[in-house]
Amino acid sequence: MIRINCPFCGERDHSDFTYGGDGSIVYPELDAPAEEWVEAIFQRENIRGVQTETWHHVSGCRQWLVVERDTMTHEIHSIKAAHEGVAKVLEAGK
Amino acid sequence: MSGSRLPDGGRINRSVPVEFHWDNRRVSGFKGDTLASALMAHGETIFGRSFKYHRPRGIMSAGVEESGAIVTVGRGARRDPNVKATTQEIYNGLYAKGQNAWPNVRRDLGAVNSLFSRFFSAGFYYKTFMGIPPMEWGKGTGIWMQYEKLIRKAAGMGVASREPDPDIYDHGHLFCDVLVVGSGPAGLAAAVEAAKAGLDVVLVEQDFEIGGDYLNQSNTEAEQKRAAAIAELEKHGARVMTRTTAFGLYDYGVAGLLERVTDHLSEPASHMPRQRFLTLRTRHTILATGAMERTVAFGNNDTPGIMTAAAANTYVNRFGVLPGKQIIVATNNDSAYGPALTLAKTGAEVTLLDSRTSIPGNISGLLETKGVTVKTGAAALNANGKRGISSLDLATGTHAHWTAADTQECDLLLVSGGWSPVVNLLSHRGVRPVWNTDNLCFVAPEYDEPIQMAGSACAIWGTSDCEASGQAAGAAAVAAIKGQSVSTPAPKAGGWETPIDPLYEVSVEGKHLKSFIDPQHDVTADDVRLAHQEGFVSVEHLKRYTTLGMATDQGKMGNIIGLALMAEALGKEIPQVGTTTFRPPYTPISLGALTGRGKGAHFKALRRTPMHEWNLAHGATMTEAGLWQRPWYFAREGETITEAYIRETITTRETVGLVDVTSLGKIAIQGPDATELINRVYSNAFAKLPVGKARYGIMLRDDGIVMDDGTSWRFSETDYFMTTTTAHAAKVMVFLEELLQTRWSNLKVHVTSVSEQWAGSAVAGPKSRAVLEACVADPASVSNDALPFMGVIETTLKNGVPCRIARISFSGEMAYEMYVESDYAQSMMDLLWPAAQSFDGCLYGTETLGALRIEKGHVTGVELDGRATIDDAGLGKMASEQKSYIGSALRKRPDLTRTDRPQLVGIFPKDKTEKFKAGSVLCAEDKVEGHGDGWITAVTHSPSLGHWIGLGYINGGYDQWTDQTVVAADPVRTGNTNVEIVSPHMVDPSGERMRG
Ligand SMILES: [Zn+2]
Repeated sequence: MIRINCPFCGERDHSDFTYGGDGSIVYPELDAPAEEWVEAIFQRENIRGVQTETWHHVSGCRQWLVVERDTMTHEIHSIKAAHEGVAKVLEAGK
Repeated sequence: MSGSRLPDGGRINRSVPVEFHWDNRRVSGFKGDTLASALMAHGETIFGRSFKYHRPRGIMSAGVEESGAIVTVGRGARRDPNVKATTQEIYNGLYAKGQNAWPNVRRDLGAVNSLFSRFFSAGFYYKTFMGIPPMEWGKGTGIWMQYEKLIRKAAGMGVASREPDPDIYDHGHLFCDVLVVGSGPAGLAAAVEAAKAGLDVVLVEQDFEIGGDYLNQSNTEAEQKRAAAIAELEKHGARVMTRTTAFGLYDYGVAGLLERVTDHLSEPASHMPRQRFLTLRTRHTILATGAMERTVAFGNNDTPGIMTAAAANTYVNRFGVLPGKQIIVATNNDSAYGPALTLAKTGAEVTLLDSRTSIPGNISGLLETKGVTVKTGAAALNANGKRGISSLDLATGTHAHWTAADTQECDLLLVSGGWSPVVNLLSHRGVRPVWNTDNLCFVAPEYDEPIQMAGSACAIWGTSDCEASGQAAGAAAVAAIKGQSVSTPAPKAGGWETPIDPLYEVSVEGKHLKSFIDPQHDVTADDVRLAHQEGFVSVEHLKRYTTLGMATDQGKMGNIIGLALMAEALGKEIPQVGTTTFRPPYTPISLGALTGRGKGAHFKALRRTPMHEWNLAHGATMTEAGLWQRPWYFAREGETITEAYIRETITTRETVGLVDVTSLGKIAIQGPDATELINRVYSNAFAKLPVGKARYGIMLRDDGIVMDDGTSWRFSETDYFMTTTTAHAAKVMVFLEELLQTRWSNLKVHVTSVSEQWAGSAVAGPKSRAVLEACVADPASVSNDALPFMGVIETTLKNGVPCRIARISFSGEMAYEMYVESDYAQSMMDLLWPAAQSFDGCLYGTETLGALRIEKGHVTGVELDGRATIDDAGLGKMASEQKSYIGSALRKRPDLTRTDRPQLVGIFPKDKTEKFKAGSVLCAEDKVEGHGDGWITAVTHSPSLGHWIGLGYINGGYDQWTDQTVVAADPVRTGNTNVEIVSPHMVDPSGERMRG
């Protein structure tokens, strides 16, 4: 069981959360060509090692988090709020 | 073997006799006995019959590694197979039976399987699936099919009850600083060290008594140390749990514990759970899990009356039972000398065979003064005796070469083939153990986990070394948690005076022996060699081909011998062969414990709408819709479901009907950018939706497939109320949160799930407006002008309850959805229902909801099934070409725009008196095969049309199939029906009725 230290709620079991997906993807503009969307939606890396990914604290604060996790060891290297503005506020308050 | 109770000694409570049943006989023992010790005291030798050959099996150990005395405990619904007699405590009324035998373990007719043993060798199942040679080689499994039933009956372990489990099981959660697994000398010392440092300690012990190997020692010093440690733990507030197995270690210091709460009680209180499944989160773990004595492969080494040397020591010292009187001990290491001495002290006749040629005189001399005969360079070759050992053929020589020697009478043979540290839990963490050549066992390597190993789990053999090792592990845990550096030195592995002999198998040339290495699965030394001959060189393949180590004990006793024999066959060393990975659970866990309370009605959450009681009071029969309970139909007296929904459908189309729609998802979307968000997520235009209007919308996924449909109501420039389908409410909410937090964090908009806050009823039918007029405070507020088609108002009911109403229609009739705050649900219905009754209206449920929408060709989750595009669902014209939205780029992918894709159609039977079923495959008349050309998603009897109709998908859509006969193929249920394909808009295609 991975334990995830939610910046809003504290350390919780991963069963509190749902896994989102690759957090490194920059989604294209809505009017971007289909090729860019194909790249973003279907051409995913299967990373061995540290991966940036999103998790949703669905049974907690319902915030989306960006997590750096090692896919081999489950070690978590960093956790921050996915919302850029909120992440900045939290960072400033540290 | 003829075991007997010693006149005194042991930890059993001789003043508390316990009566129980064994194989339908009444037997007695004492409190503190296991089933094995109590039955051994009665001279019982055969406890079960083996898996394949039905060989008699007896007690082989005194713990969880037991592979012989495996029995069935309990009866009726509580029948629990494959219980180890060596760990089952006895209690008054315990009911136990030997297993895999008929009529009983002493006279077992299945033993005839032994005669066919050559058919059951390694790879038996794989070979028979290929055909039984030579008759069927390569021809498949004809004979197998014939004999499979017979073999299944004859082979196997115990039989589980087929009745529902009557017991309750709890799930719980624990937190601590330090988890200590095992309460032997090392575990107790570690726990005391950590507890004294002020840490929160949990000590778990699978046994019913704390003490581990202290319990097997007869000296008072051991007992004093044990008692002192327990007192110390109590003083410092450590939590000590007996009958609790740490069955698995997981990421982030999570350990799985199974606590057996009532398995040892005659009459547990009814509120007590049988077992607790506990999830423990710890900062540090100390594994003082001990070591297990292993056996050696030699002829008939599975005969009852053969057990490990340490087990015999335990039976004498802990349980006060002497397992035999004429005893041979066969060893390759120092550890068996203690047990030999223990047995000699009881007056038994003991001969010790040591495979090593030189042993220190001080040990052997001591034994000889106590009457033990010591033979060096000697080993056990073959056991004789059908139902229990009666004599042993000896071999002399060295582990490199043995010669058959004389035969010696005995009733008990104790074997020590070395010790295997229990590294299983560490292995769960992905740490591969390494081979220790001095001690001939796998031990933990260097690893990077907050876990300390201690005691004989590190191949440390002496009691005082184990204590020191535990103390060092405790100190290391304290230091790690407190961020200090570690200074306590830990003892090194080992502790024997004379090196252990690499002896795994004893055999002599020209003598064929049946030497078992995994008695639970009847895997022999020859099976391993056969697997090697047949080309299996990887240890993982060996395991699967021979099933070595795949029984309930997971190879706790036999794996090392198997590896050694494989290494020998390959001409390699054990470390080069490697070992298989241990996986949780360490010992078996009942399915009930995994399930916990989550069964029956508690299997999933139950959701009831706030008008649930009102619906029931008004005659609703309920149905499940996901987690929700929804009205299915409201039958009048004597009505069948079919009669009821047909009446409800007709009534709704002719006058008015009310239906609970509370389960729809509802999301408040608020903020200056609310319009922007809605316009981006719906595929149709929303930017210009005026305040006071609602609109039907379809949402796509990023990949261009339909996600959900629903409506959005605009109450102000910045305030929307979105409804979703019941099925996708949670998914849509999560998706909006994801978009706003991860992609569009610059949008100033807030989304809130308000599904629980609002209760809703649809009011549908030609008289729906009249019903509303009778219910709202200001009837003019719902006039056709004030509330036109797709209009939205916030108003007040006659009883003063605020409500929101939109004029939207799922039924195809003039219809409204009315929502009030959830607490007012029943008062809303108490207004609506008398008003509807005054127009001869009705209440309806999901069955009529379905009939009405199928007639109209309105889609739901069964049509929007995660594969359909907006065009497939016939709604492509709604999609905006003027804007970009989620899914707009990828819905134009070539494969999603093919014109021959399956498209939504209506379906009529050719013969209007016939019906057909949802799930049927649609096929061209001349090609009723395979996946056909489409499928049927939903069917209903259409009161409007007077015959059965359906919705479904067919390649190319209905234009391609006009005037053709299509077959609705349903070969395994009701058979095939000829149908025709029509437009999905089967009733009122122009929509005049809903604009009313
Ligand atoms: Zn949270």
